[in-house]
Amino acid sequence: MTGLERIEAVFRRCRAEGRAAFMPYHAMGYPDRQKTLQIIRTLSEIGADLFEIGIPHSDPLADGPTIQTATYTALMQGTTVKDCLAMVRELRAMGVAQPFCAMSYYNPIFAYGVERFVEDAAAAGVDGLIVPDLPPEEAGELEAACRQAGLATIYLLAPTSTEERIRYVASHCTGFIYLVSVTGITGARSELPPDLAEFVARVRRHTDLPLAVGFGIANGAQAAAVARIAEGVIVGSALVKAAGGEDGLARVAALGRELAHGAHHPRANGAS
Amino acid sequence: MTSLPVTQSKVNYTAWPDEAGHFGPYGGKFVPETLMPALDELEEVYLKAKHDKEFQAELDHLLRTFVGRPTPLTYARRLTEYFGGPRIYIKREDLAHTGAHKINNALGQALLMKRKMQKTRIVAETGAGQHGVATATAAAMLGIECVVYMGTVDMARQEPNVYRMRLLGAEVRGVDSGSKTLKDAINEAIRDWVTNVRNTHYLLGSALGPHPYPTIVRDFQSVIGREALRQMLDPETGPGRLPDAIVACVGGGSNAIGVFHPFLEYEHVRLIGVEAGGRGIEGGEHAARFADPKLGRLGVLQGTKSYVLQDEDGQIALTHSISAGLDYASVGPEHAWLRDLGRTEYTYATDDEALEGVRLLSRLEGIIPALESAHAVAHLVKLAPQMSKDEIILVNLSGRGDKDLGTIMKELGAL
Ligand SMILES: Cc1ncc(COP(=O)(O)O)c(C=O)c1O
Repeated sequence: MTGLERIEAVFRRCRAEGRAAFMPYHAMGYPDRQKTLQIIRTLSEIGADLFEIGIPHSDPLADGPTIQTATYTALMQGTTVKDCLAMVRELRAMGVAQPFCAMSYYNPIFAYGVERFVEDAAAAGVDGLIVPDLPPEEAGELEAACRQAGLATIYLLAPTSTEERIRYVASHCTGFIYLVSVTGITGARSELPPDLAEFVARVRRHTDLPLAVGFGIANGAQAAAVARIAEGVIVGSALVKAAGGEDGLARVAALGRELAHGAHHPRANGAS
Repeated sequence: MTSLPVTQSKVNYTAWPDEAGHFGPYGGKFVPETLMPALDELEEVYLKAKHDKEFQAELDHLLRTFVGRPTPLTYARRLTEYFGGPRIYIKREDLAHTGAHKINNALGQALLMKRKMQKTRIVAETGAGQHGVATATAAAMLGIECVVYMGTVDMARQEPNVYRMRLLGAEVRGVDSGSKTLKDAINEAIRDWVTNVRNTHYLLGSALGPHPYPTIVRDFQSVIGREALRQMLDPETGPGRLPDAIVACVGGGSNAIGVFHPFLEYEHVRLIGVEAGGRGIEGGEHAARFADPKLGRLGVLQGTKSYVLQDEDGQIALTHSISAGLDYASVGPEHAWLRDLGRTEYTYATDDEALEGVRLLSRLEGIIPALESAHAVAHLVKLAPQMSKDEIILVNLSGRGDKDLGTIMKELGAL
């Protein structure tokens, strides 16, 4: 099975089970290498359906303070692109079976060599790529390599995207589409934006692909609210924040359970 | 009016960027999706304004009555005698309002926003503080809310400019991430823009960033080259002919592209950009993107593809320059392309050479240059001896040195 097919299978299963996919993000190498492996394994055992694994970059211009700090910490400990792929291999060897979408800014991939990166990532066990500063206009080489290797190419859409861009970007996505919930950068927020349902509906008019919503989701109730309107619930900053500090692993596990429950039981939590 | 010389250029150097914003393999748009519609809008609005006579007339009027353009062309008699070689002329951007060329672009973009866009707020980054001051100035004059991001290292070394911005009514926000210099200020300005894009224009200060910024900034700065071309050719204001070489410092590349651009078609005029050599190339403590084959490679930083100082893993290198305005890891994409085409050439001056440039120009010409501009002056020490007495060099003096007195005093000590 190709990476893309593995991702498609996850969304098919979720649909059959009447739930959304829980899609945690983790910044690779944070708080350190060992804990990264533990965190992802723990999340894989308590309901994660697909992982976004963040490759650290020195200039994360779409990220808020939480992920900036986490990726900076990872870099300071010497985490390289190669290390991130090695961690993926190790996680596969540990039995973590969920699809992995590598999330990286473009320059580390470009410096590695686009084709070589895609080949090495696929060989390590990566299933799809998300590159937030690479719009489809500039992604010809990456898309060709991903097609060759069977990896999904996932682009982002934002509330500011016009109808024309929604059509254009959607036509370049495979696997799912990443909907940025807010006009802004990553970071946990106390409220979901009021126009989220409308935004999701606007995208849905142009595509049959599964839609995953991310940016700002921080608790189970929000996860359930997103699960009622979308196929995937992406959580980054809230989990990364929980991962720092002494009892990081326990806190990630507790929050992960709450989020998974929300994503998997959209009608619970007093929903109509 | 003097008529322009006929060109023999075989290449149309003004054919770039292409529709997608590429200068050959450089440039483009590498930004989060949230910003793509804003870039499309900016391009559309800018193209309209470019051909809008009313807009251009208003900008022209403000450049004359507010900025003080045209800036003079000065014959550097004593500097010429000192080297004993080619005649040296100086284009005086230090005499533009706020003390540097940055106002040309800041005013152009601020006016564009005010007249043509449904936005009410400006964010900008600044390194030396000159772009921040210019933006705060244009914003004050046009009545626009203005927030400037500045690395805390730069705030310390360009303190007078921080106060000037605040006096002008801008909010200055210190940036404490990464190297705490220009690159980090740009990251933070972009984050603000991503968050507030519906009502905010990002007023980028150099010929950098995603398309259409490199083109917009170049066009607004080309007023330098257009004036210099006229002033050089007119025997009343200059030597009555084209220069043989033009020298400008290159941070992001806006003053250099501004003075170079109108001369591109005159192929015999050498166009020389001077990067920051910092403490020398070997140790890696510099901002010379073209001069260090180990660290300076093709890459993507902050929206554009160009030469980028980076490590093997694609992480952006920390740069060093005595001048905050040249202390940046990438360079405008059009410079990279013109260099590939063989039309422009690049060299560097170290911190020490730049300080010597400050001394020379101050004592011989009565002009205290900005540390950035002093890099261009410093290159004369190498260039002038290679040229003959009947040749002419034009130096673009991008700014004045008042803002740098703290740094210069620390470095040069008691005089
Ligand atoms: C006086 C002066 N010259 C030059 C520069 C470098 O910028 P650019 O290369 O865009 O002209 C700066 C930037 O702050 C500056 O203040």
